[in-house]
Amino acid sequence: MDTHHTMNDTTILPRTGRLDAHLAPVVIKDGKSLYAWLWLLVLAAIPWVGSEYWINAIIIPFLILALAGMGLNLLTGYAGQTSLGSGGFMAVGAFATYAFLTHLHLSFPVAIFLGGLIAALVGLIFGLPSAKIKGFYLMVSSLAAQFLLEWVFVKFPWFYNYSSSATISSPSIEVFGLDISSAQGKYYWILGVVVLLTWIAINLTRSQTGRNWMAIRDMDTAAAVIGIRVNHSKILAFAVSSFYLGVAGALWVFVYLGSAGVQSFSLQRSFQILFIIIIGGLGSISGNFIGAAFITLLPLALDFVSQTLFAGMVDAGVLQNIQKFIFGTLIIWFLIKEPEGIARLLTNARSRLSVWPLRF
Amino acid sequence: MLFLETLIGGLLAGTMYSLVAIGFVLIYKASGVFNFAQGSILLFSALLFVTLHEAGVPFVVAILLTILALVLLAILIEKLVLRPLTNRSPMTLFMATLGLSYAIEGIAQGVMGATVHELDLGIDDVPIFIGDLLVSQFDLVAAVTAVILVTVLALLFNQTRIGISLRAVADDTRAALSIGINLNHIWQIVWAVAGMTGLVAGILWGARQGVQFSLSLVVLKALPVLIIGGFTSIGGAIAGGLIVGASENLAEAYIGPAIGGGITGWFAYFLALAFLFIRPAGLFGERAIERV
Repeated sequence: MDTHHTMNDTTILPRTGRLDAHLAPVVIKDGKSLYAWLWLLVLAAIPWVGSEYWINAIIIPFLILALAGMGLNLLTGYAGQTSLGSGGFMAVGAFATYAFLTHLHLSFPVAIFLGGLIAALVGLIFGLPSAKIKGFYLMVSSLAAQFLLEWVFVKFPWFYNYSSSATISSPSIEVFGLDISSAQGKYYWILGVVVLLTWIAINLTRSQTGRNWMAIRDMDTAAAVIGIRVNHSKILAFAVSSFYLGVAGALWVFVYLGSAGVQSFSLQRSFQILFIIIIGGLGSISGNFIGAAFITLLPLALDFVSQTLFAGMVDAGVLQNIQKFIFGTLIIWFLIKEPEGIARLLTNARSRLSVWPLRF
Repeated sequence: MLFLETLIGGLLAGTMYSLVAIGFVLIYKASGVFNFAQGSILLFSALLFVTLHEAGVPFVVAILLTILALVLLAILIEKLVLRPLTNRSPMTLFMATLGLSYAIEGIAQGVMGATVHELDLGIDDVPIFIGDLLVSQFDLVAAVTAVILVTVLALLFNQTRIGISLRAVADDTRAALSIGINLNHIWQIVWAVAGMTGLVAGILWGARQGVQFSLSLVVLKALPVLIIGGFTSIGGAIAGGLIVGASENLAEAYIGPAIGGGITGWFAYFLALAFLFIRPAGLFGERAIERV
């Protein structure tokens, strides 16, 4: 009986995920970096495949939204601090970058980096209450940030250089002496920024910092008990998150839209970014890309369906509301079925496929 | 004189905030959900009422039909959203209500249109003199309505079986379940009642500024009101509403001109933040003790 039991165990064990991960970390790691290189290759090849319209209208906003999602995900998905102020922090990045461009005449990459740092500073300030308040109560702080920042960037004309339309627009954008105003130029420049920041984010979440964040997310009292500097980590999360959001905001205005006012960074934007990380996956880096792809492609898909099915019978306003309804329903559906988002669905599917046709 | 008038105007406007906040408190007490969809339920009920009214349905019948729709909506929400999400974290539930608010707004405006509807309740929005003070007549009616609503709710919760079950659920959900209170049933009732407070608030707000999408944004004003008053106390919601309304009006009148005006959008949040630093669980909220 005893021998039978052990034999059974050894035959079953290799199929369970736990031992797998224990025995074969090297293989998994190689496989992952291979995937990453494949993805990079695909991304680098996009300008040769896609039309200019697709790059300008879909792929560029997709990448920027994914970056913004990453910023919020570091804060909400990893450190567990809810924020509805993403739009406001994006606005800080955009307007600060603009100030560096127009008043100090800095070059574009430097201005964006500094703009991100300013956003990080503002995020840090609005993150300070997190030391004392939690959960829903903390949402007040982020909403205060959102509404105050929206107000500031409308009320004080200095921020938009006294332009009559209250918008900021890009002076010619050059990166290291190269003009990047063509669709391909924009694409590669954004791709570079996104890849770099994604790489940093992945490493950050695997470092001590990231682990501290996750410990705090799971239970901050317990984290404090085991000696993590909770307040310090929370505020750091706000700063890092806002840096990402700030860079995304600057890219949104100067590379994607070309010219924009603070209306582009309203509370609706904050919700949109929150939806990206819920649908894609809280606490997942790849989830940001999946969520952003979903958010950018769904309107197009709905447009396509309504045009082929109803051939213009449905007007734009109704369509927009249908879209809203579908978004809302999907959010609820995801929260019920898979709280960890599409990223988790894909992981499940992959691990199921890897042992197919055996059941586990 | 100006100070008193500003104060009274703010207090009266604050009763409107209180009306919205009461709906939140009811749901939070019964199911522990911060219901972001309260604003869209408010929009939905006001829109449905005004659409029916414009189609020639008499006032009372339109109200009754809207209440019927709110009850159906509450049952649907309980069955499709709350029940599958039982025992999830409050944050997950909050995000679900965020999704719910999108769904309700989408369907309400998709079916009934997104145009601004005028709503005339036959109350003139003209200022009248009480003694030497200039007070808006409409605000007075709204305040009286709020008082009546609160009285009805107090009677409902203190005198009826349903109200007592609700208080049991709010006090200790598990104990309430063990003595045979049907939790799902209570949720349906509470969401329906919260919807009805939303209807009252929606009609009053709608009569003032037209029934339109911006009605759903009152939800954003309710958050600081709840923070100041605490999530679990109806009295707190009223006090919070009054504090927010009055201080907002005073700030706009006295601080506003110095820094460019239009500060009502964010002032309430900073007030709430200031309150949080002094009392992290709100004025009337209970402080939670954490265990590892």
